[in-house]
Amino acid sequence: MQPTSATEILVLELITSFNKKSVPISLSSTFARDLAFDSLTVMDLVAAIEDEYDLILPLNMLPDLETVQQLINAVEALVKAKHHA
Amino acid sequence: MPDLLDKFDYASAELAKLQFLGVNPVGVVMEKILSPTRAIISGKETILLGTYNYMGMTFEPDVIEAGQKALTDFGTGTTGSRTLNGTYVGHKALEAALSDYYDTRHAMVFSTGYQANLGMCATLTGKGDYIIIDADSHASIYDGCAMGNADVVRFRHNDPVDLDKRLKRLPPEAGKLVVLEGVYSMLGDIAPLAELVRVSKANGAMVMVDEAHAMGFFGEHGRGVTEQAGCEAEVDFVVGTFSKSVGTIGGYVVSNHPKFEVLRLMCRPYMFTASLPPSVVATATAAIVKLKSVHAKRNQLWKSVKALHGGLKAAGFNLATKTPESAILAIIMPSQDIMVSLWAAMLEAGVYVNMARPPATPAGMCLIRCSVCAEHTDVQVQKVIAAFEQAGHVSGALGDMAAVA
Repeated sequence: MQPTSATEILVLELITSFNKKSVPISLSSTFARDLAFDSLTVMDLVAAIEDEYDLILPLNMLPDLETVQQLINAVEALVKAKHHA
Repeated sequence: MPDLLDKFDYASAELAKLQFLGVNPVGVVMEKILSPTRAIISGKETILLGTYNYMGMTFEPDVIEAGQKALTDFGTGTTGSRTLNGTYVGHKALEAALSDYYDTRHAMVFSTGYQANLGMCATLTGKGDYIIIDADSHASIYDGCAMGNADVVRFRHNDPVDLDKRLKRLPPEAGKLVVLEGVYSMLGDIAPLAELVRVSKANGAMVMVDEAHAMGFFGEHGRGVTEQAGCEAEVDFVVGTFSKSVGTIGGYVVSNHPKFEVLRLMCRPYMFTASLPPSVVATATAAIVKLKSVHAKRNQLWKSVKALHGGLKAAGFNLATKTPESAILAIIMPSQDIMVSLWAAMLEAGVYVNMARPPATPAGMCLIRCSVCAEHTDVQVQKVIAAFEQAGHVSGALGDMAAVA
């Protein structure tokens, strides 16, 4: 898997740090099923992303972020919005 | 046709495994209740050390009498919503008793504490607002957030610096509600409310504090950690329950907010359910009035909490709080298997305690949790400590096994 953006590299790095069971991660991996992240782990991952980018990723967005790719897209959109604000 | 229940097979399998080992954590049946601290379970007299019955109010003769009178005079139930036919004089008297207890202008009674949190979280904040919650918040707060339309922000448990950082990332003009708890029930730790409230107010947020596990025995008037921390004037809403220190069931919110009463017309978990039965309302009222003056109960509760904390620590258990902070004492277990063994050994020894494991617990911890009652005698506390020492060794929670695990 070839990362294509700085956000992708960093978000993958953060996800890897929570991947205690060392499941192989791809862009299409789902957090709940493939990576077996429970809801608390996902929320801790969100906190780490928020602190890394100094932004807010509201918990109510989480149900729509099932895959690694969806999370990366959401972070990219939030970073963009922050710079335009 | 897909079976919608298939997704829970993992939980059924786990429970089956425990039952195979002769343990059923969700199968405890109270056959007889002898007092706030004693019950018959599986035919055996058992000390209750996991019932949140902090003030031991469930068998007060005058409270029972008030309930019996209301049952006779007003019938078994209201069959209606508070906003329709479900407001009786008793409900108004209960709200007056709460206003008096908390010295607030307003009080609103819900049918459960769960619904009070659900309703307040979902109603106070709407689209475009932010609700900011502690990471270790109770399920009712998380569910209230899920029910509402606000953006949900979570801060690190009991961490004012982290709360400040996250509040500062929000648009200054947006409406914000910070939701806190006086006592966090899993570990029994109390919140640094003075600091958290100061940070919230400095960032333009309103504050709601859930005092479910603190009402009755924190602060001079027993109003909770908010009172003890001296920040009653800055807290906009206090939520609580009748199912712990008050000894019955129901939930409430008290507030001095001048526009508070409109919530009765907006809060769905308040409106779209039947109100509490008259007997419950009467026992809650009688118990709350009584809680104002039960200083001996408060003293006995704190005395037992300190004795149990000290005894468990001396026995070698790893407690979740260094000092006894609340009436909940949690023991951190080395593994889930040892937790289950200790729980079963305690029940065998005639002491009922609680087990808790992820995701209900923070940081993946497995816990054995005790909640102390004001009616526990010194003799019962010593019996409990002795039982823990013995069961601790039998289960491997104490000694060499615990160190290895």
